[in-house]
Amino acid sequence: MNLTQIQQLSETEWEIPASYRQDMQVPVRLFATRRLLETALDDLSIEQAVNAASLPGLAGPVVVMPDMHQGYGFPIGGVAAFYYPDGIISPGAIGYDINCGVRLLSSSIPYEEAEPVLPALADAINRLCPSGVGVKGHVRLTSQDLELVCRNGSRWALKHGYALPEDLTRTEESGSIDGADPHAVSPRALERGLSQLGTLGSGNHFIEVDLVDQIYDEQSAHAMGIYQGCLTAQVHCGSRGLGHQVCTDYVQSFQGAMRRYSIHVPDRELVCAPVNSSEGQAYLAAMRAAANFAFANRQILVAFLRQAFEEIFAGRTANWHLRQVYDIAHNMGKVETHTVGGLQVKVCVHRKGATRAFGPGSPGLPDEYRRTGQPVLVPGSMGTASWLLAGTEKSMQVSWGSSCHGAGRLMSRSKAKKEIRGDSLKRDLEKRGIHIRAGSLPGLAEEAPDAYKDVDEVIETVVKAGIARKVARLVPLAVIKG
Amino acid sequence: MHVYTSLQHKYNYTKAMDNPLRPGFRERPHTADWELEAWAPDLPGLFRSAAEGMLSLMGAAPGDSCLEQRPLELAAPDPEGLLVAFLGEILFSAVNQGAYCRPAQISIEGEHLTASLLCTPIASLEREIKAVTWHKLAIHFDAGLYRTVIVFDV
Repeated sequence: MNLTQIQQLSETEWEIPASYRQDMQVPVRLFATRRLLETALDDLSIEQAVNAASLPGLAGPVVVMPDMHQGYGFPIGGVAAFYYPDGIISPGAIGYDINCGVRLLSSSIPYEEAEPVLPALADAINRLCPSGVGVKGHVRLTSQDLELVCRNGSRWALKHGYALPEDLTRTEESGSIDGADPHAVSPRALERGLSQLGTLGSGNHFIEVDLVDQIYDEQSAHAMGIYQGCLTAQVHCGSRGLGHQVCTDYVQSFQGAMRRYSIHVPDRELVCAPVNSSEGQAYLAAMRAAANFAFANRQILVAFLRQAFEEIFAGRTANWHLRQVYDIAHNMGKVETHTVGGLQVKVCVHRKGATRAFGPGSPGLPDEYRRTGQPVLVPGSMGTASWLLAGTEKSMQVSWGSSCHGAGRLMSRSKAKKEIRGDSLKRDLEKRGIHIRAGSLPGLAEEAPDAYKDVDEVIETVVKAGIARKVARLVPLAVIKG
Repeated sequence: MHVYTSLQHKYNYTKAMDNPLRPGFRERPHTADWELEAWAPDLPGLFRSAAEGMLSLMGAAPGDSCLEQRPLELAAPDPEGLLVAFLGEILFSAVNQGAYCRPAQISIEGEHLTASLLCTPIASLEREIKAVTWHKLAIHFDAGLYRTVIVFDV
């Protein structure tokens, strides 16, 4: 494919018509600058979006965000909505790390008071928040406990003292998705999750302490508890081995289901089943269980993060409390109501590396965000800015109520490992005042800022496209990685 | 092409270029995840190469303790399904059980795989693989070698 085959609708909106390939059911709508689109043509992300557009039961365009990059089957940054209950559900279009997501917390701690103790804060977070390959969590669970975590998500964490009630209010789905069934989760998946609750993992997962660098919308920032010159914190992780195994199990079992339902897909990773089939309902229930595990996982990590802040700032700062701004998922399948052809229709929205971005007044938003729209959290890469946005009414109209999720990878991991030295990168970042605690220097190199797209360009794109609006820009002070 | 060295294995991967029919593996560029190409003159050897490659990508190293023998039986409709399931077992052993498992014997007949794994406590594991994916997965036989490309979710 080349750029001439993609129709430009505006500066930031493009379309591949359904006529481009015979098996396409719907067009592909891309949000990108010309430059980002040209970069995307270097890998398979657009071809994967075209493949996704061939799946049965699509209710409208497959949407791709400006941070798109090649995934396995479905592009990262992709959104697809299938009629519910008559369409399909596809584990690969949701991702292995079910409910990988981001949580943002704000504070009233001024940078000037925090700066002398940032190294100690980074050490405390690194010590208190389990991270890294094979590291087990501090929370000891029985099998029965794990089932309750999978059913109840953040509500389990609240009951066991790891959460405040307002944390749940300010979490997508209140941190607990109905319809989760741990019995749809395999014993292998449960075994993988049993020792991992309250752990960060490794790879591109992180905990980050940031500074509110610039506020673009005072009213929305105030509603979200964001103050210029004060600290914030982000937690980025997902459902750990439990979610990975759920996806693995159902991608495997759907291979047979597709034959039974006579469904053909151009990539086996796009395997799917009718959502109202026994296989589809089982996956939906298991996916929800894994999503709840991830909500609880992030909640428990936040409890440890709050401990770290208390350890460092108690007695030093008047108010060291971390207020939850919001928690969003960027790998998820959700049954939502959207307008299709002028009618309110239920669809199963698959977001893989894309964030829900509901506009003002949308159902499910906490009262304090009804006027602002849903907070949209977009972490950059290490060393670059992160962004707090708000959802818009336009996103509901053109992108299934969705926006971007991050910077999007540009460079392969193997190339990053060859060209970037982890120790040099760490020194460079520390010289810039960013305190790094990393369990693996090669892992750090793979996650170098140069391996990612320019997050500011991604943000400008979604803002110009009208599917999100700026609230605040955050810059990193400390990064903790497994 | 960077050819990895296999530890304590009867196949000498560093000699892969001297004998083009020797099994081997290499990492290939992938934007966000890890992609591994594996090859071998027979299907069990391909599975062995893929497992060695996956463990190598993870920076896994075996310990010196006694080996434990573990039988393994899998079923899948096709060789690709068997490969995903097989690598999934090796992965689970490494990440969740702390065991470095290498197949001493693999037999593949139709939809069934039986294997005997020799496992030792893992001495180190540097990087985590979340899952073995089906993306681009196809086993080909060409010019005397079985070949495949596997993408791992990291």
